[in-house]
Amino acid sequence: MCTLLPITIDKLTLTAGQKTLLNNISLNITSSGILVIMGPNGAGKSLFMRCLHGLSQPDSGRILFAGDEINQTHRKSQALIFQKPVLLKRSVRQNLEFVRNLHRTDNVASIELALRNVGLSKLASQPANQLSGGERQRLALARALMMRPQMLFLDEACANLDPASVSNIEEVLRQACKDGQKIILITHDIAQAKRLADEVIFLHHGALCEHTPARVFFQSPKSQAARAYLDGQILV
Amino acid sequence: MSIFAEATATAFSLIINANADLLEIIGLSMKVSLSALLIACILGLPIGALLGTFDFAFKNTVKGILTALMGMPPVVVGLIVYLHLSRSGLFGALELLYTPTAMIIAQVILITPIIAVLSSQILEDLHEEYRDLFISLVVPPPNALLTYLIEARYSLLTVILAGFGRAISEVGAVMIVGGNIDHLTRVMTTAIALETSKGELALALALGLILLILALFVNFAAQQAKSLLSVQRYGG
Ligand SMILES: Nc1ncnc2c1ncn2[C@@H]1O[C@H](COP(=O)(O)OP(=O)(O)O)[C@@H](O)[C@H]1O
Ligand SMILES: [Mg+2]
Repeated sequence: MCTLLPITIDKLTLTAGQKTLLNNISLNITSSGILVIMGPNGAGKSLFMRCLHGLSQPDSGRILFAGDEINQTHRKSQALIFQKPVLLKRSVRQNLEFVRNLHRTDNVASIELALRNVGLSKLASQPANQLSGGERQRLALARALMMRPQMLFLDEACANLDPASVSNIEEVLRQACKDGQKIILITHDIAQAKRLADEVIFLHHGALCEHTPARVFFQSPKSQAARAYLDGQILV
Repeated sequence: MSIFAEATATAFSLIINANADLLEIIGLSMKVSLSALLIACILGLPIGALLGTFDFAFKNTVKGILTALMGMPPVVVGLIVYLHLSRSGLFGALELLYTPTAMIIAQVILITPIIAVLSSQILEDLHEEYRDLFISLVVPPPNALLTYLIEARYSLLTVILAGFGRAISEVGAVMIVGGNIDHLTRVMTTAIALETSKGELALALALGLILLILALFVNFAAQQAKSLLSVQRYGG
């Protein structure tokens, strides 16, 4: 079970100059499973995720993990996969070794296992910057999961990947979820959201429009914005 | 015979006969410039790291001053060092004027800003790329810095070569503080200046050719080191 739950988000607001980027978001994330964040481009999904991980500081409001403000210990048990994977200019294996050597804990998967999970065993000694987009993203996933985080964030991690890479990543996520890890992912791929989501959050103009079980969201979205988004209309 | 042909012939005969005076001059040139380079790296790289990866008050002012110092005319540096080392100067008691040490000091002042500014730019770009990842992975700052240095090793090598190039090729500063004393402070560039002023143009040009070969050799060696490094990194 994920010890970072529940996540209590209370009146989260983030502004830049005159613009309100995140607008008074309040919600509780209590259940384990896969939470999908959806919303049009520029809705504030990435910023919201960065706030949860402590990469961006809100102007006001609070985020509590099991009652505590985010701290280094929390972050060590979280991992975030960026839309554009950031890798060291070293071999695939050395990228994993770097993370393993950071925090000496016993609770680390072996590098071989981590590579096998994402189908990169054969490329272990390749320079990471020679990998294809999908391989890079899978390496980022292996790096994140190797530390057995309790909570995994993915920011459009499957955008631009081929179907095989996508299904590999989805498979790995389902397994991680079974192992008790909380997964929070941003995607624009409605089919993928339907495949994976247990719960859905819909953001629009930095505000929370919906937070519902996936079944409800895809059958009868409450908000006008979510309905239009699912119908493929342009939101203004 | 044209002066170039004559110079080439002279250069070859000097090299083949392993002219003792010539070897001494080359040896001192290398000793002074490599010592200056080493010290400039010890000073300049940490300054570059500080400027590239930390935020502090007046950072841009410091950077602006260092950037201006990159273009300092060697004669001016030589003059300033001269004033400080001369008998009536602040450090006159050390009796360093007209010694190789004085030449090293002048070259350190010349190339430290180059190493600091160029390396800070490289490290700043890396920091931009890796900051979020390293916060996410909770990488301790010293560890992050070390990783930047390893990641940037090739570019930093180029910076170091630029510093060496500036040191080995400058004449104004070493002339003033070293005095171009035979068997004591005569280096390649001051010897060239001397032979030119004496009208020994072929000899001057021959020395110039040798200096050129020396510079090429150092760059070639660095190139070799570079490919050796990358082989080690990726295991062949
Ligand atoms: N540091 C920043 N300063 C100002 N505006 C920003 C900053 N970061 C993001 N934004 C803006 O906030 C909005 C939401 O961004 P983001 O969370 O990246 O959207 P998305 O939902 O597509 O992930 C966008 O309009 C973006 O331009
Ligand atoms: Mg985004």
